[in-house]
Amino acid sequence: MLSYIIRRVLQSVLVLLIVGLVAFAMFTFMGDPIDNMLGQERTQEDVDRLRARLGLDQPFVVQYVKFILSALQGNFGVSYEQGRPVAQILAERAPATLELALVSGVFALGAGIVLGVFTAIRRNGFMAQMVMTISLVGVSLPTFLIGILLIYLFSVELDWLPSFGRGEVVDLGGWTTGFLTTSGLRALILPAITLGLYQMTLIMRLVRSQMLEVLRQDYVRFARARGLPERAVLFRHALKNTMVPVITVAGLQLGSIIAFAIITETVFQWPGVGLLFINAIQFVDIPVMAAYLMLISVMFVGINLLVDLLYVAIDPRLRT
Amino acid sequence: MTTSSEQTAKPKSMLARAWDSDVGYSFRHSPVAIISSTVALLLILAAVFAPLLAVMNPFDPASLNLLNGFTPPLSQAEFSPDWFLLGTDDQGRDVYSTILYGMRISLFVGFAAVALGMVIGITLGLISGYFGGWADAIIMRIADVQLTFPSILVAMLIFGVAKGVTPVEYRDQLAIWVLILAIGLSDWVQFARVVRGATLVEKNKEYVQAARLMGRGALPILFRHILPNVMSPVLVIATISLALAIIAEATLSFLGVGAPATQPSLGTLIRIGQGFLFSGEWWILVFPAVTLLALALSVNLLGDWLRDALNPKLR
Repeated sequence: MLSYIIRRVLQSVLVLLIVGLVAFAMFTFMGDPIDNMLGQERTQEDVDRLRARLGLDQPFVVQYVKFILSALQGNFGVSYEQGRPVAQILAERAPATLELALVSGVFALGAGIVLGVFTAIRRNGFMAQMVMTISLVGVSLPTFLIGILLIYLFSVELDWLPSFGRGEVVDLGGWTTGFLTTSGLRALILPAITLGLYQMTLIMRLVRSQMLEVLRQDYVRFARARGLPERAVLFRHALKNTMVPVITVAGLQLGSIIAFAIITETVFQWPGVGLLFINAIQFVDIPVMAAYLMLISVMFVGINLLVDLLYVAIDPRLRT
Repeated sequence: MTTSSEQTAKPKSMLARAWDSDVGYSFRHSPVAIISSTVALLLILAAVFAPLLAVMNPFDPASLNLLNGFTPPLSQAEFSPDWFLLGTDDQGRDVYSTILYGMRISLFVGFAAVALGMVIGITLGLISGYFGGWADAIIMRIADVQLTFPSILVAMLIFGVAKGVTPVEYRDQLAIWVLILAIGLSDWVQFARVVRGATLVEKNKEYVQAARLMGRGALPILFRHILPNVMSPVLVIATISLALAIIAEATLSFLGVGAPATQPSLGTLIRIGQGFLFSGEWWILVFPAVTLLALALSVNLLGDWLRDALNPKLR
């Protein structure tokens, strides 16, 4: 058990070090920074002095270790495009993405569970069949088309909701939030649905199949035989037992939500980290790309590690 | 003498044999498969013969007439006798023609990326399954790490890195190839896993042992003996991967990190069309989007059908 945890943690650290190596290698691909920093009239002495000052004369491994150490302290260098520290830019952008991810996660989980239970108990009903069919179409639609479709319907045709941006935000000491203003909340609706729709259908299908399985079990039949009201049978006995896989999937999908936020943020011009990353790719802003790469890897590897460890904690059969 | 006449009958062509096989039977009795393969085939043919079917080459500046700009579908341009089936964009480009040419790029990137992913995945999968040991451990560990990240994110990162490496003046020219590389490298894992699993089963069968006893080398055994026997799951994954690759390409191009405006794919066209949605020129966006959906959906449904048809358990 302990050796499994240690092995798993070491594995995750190794993955992160490799990702760091990739991020670091991106800088070295980009040519010699000295060329850009010193003008035409330079002597070899100047070049050597600057090289030594920046630590570029040291071996690759030493530079790499320094890079990782400074990244651990939250120092990712200066953005080529904006000329400001990357950490500062990321900190400004993070609240927008996290709020969007939170709302769409809640939407996916809430709507997914409700619709999943509904389609399971009204298995052959017309509405349930409709929901299943629509969800099939929804899964095959690329995220960006869903976003455009929603913008067209609710912003252009009906003019109910804003089509881009965060609306008015309130600054809570470094954390900008759109939760406190009506325009901020209205601006959240369309992006959150776009981002959460895929995860919602995933959770809905999972809850549905789990419910169909659980409803056949003896303890559900027994609960019915005891004369418990149908609501108690469904929610207290059946739904509760479908939650373990649902929470696992929801946890694993959290990373996907943040990754797919790149697409949603571009469609809705949402000023988050994903839009920053896309702009960084377009401008070949290496420090921003490297920082995003490392941040998102920490998140993905962390979530996976956590889920694996939770499995061991929950399922005694894995503890060998 | 029926038996002798059967023996002297000409051997059936491959097409006829495929038609009579189990898969052929399943195909003939599945309306979804027939419709989706017809749609996919028509779209692919339209893309291949785009220069013949298009009314103009939308990327030849000489054929453009700015006065034709923003002509709605099924109508004549305001200042010229030209008539347009699907309307024109802001520069007077015929939307129908840009879709044909855009589909060419989308399909080319899709097929090439799947081919790349397939070659890498099959090779690594065979090596991993057949030799085992440290090669297997390394390959599967890399696969695990890559599976941790969504493939679209991996493709974006590869595209970003490759863009950083290529010199500025070649970026637009090489964008298509970088795109193929990015999408291909992001989807090899599926192939490798399936091929590895199948190879683990096949390598202990008699025919492989026989080949080994005859003194055949590892490479001929892998590619001449084992590979043909693990191809059917690979085919299913390739079809589904094609649909995913087409969508991935469209997504990347839509985000502006894919096909450039000088060589627009369907995704680039949707990106361009999105700008005109608010001013009411819906056709610039809607027709490429519908084409993309038809393409991705038909290939996807075909893949689903193929998976069921090749699965002996479902027969």
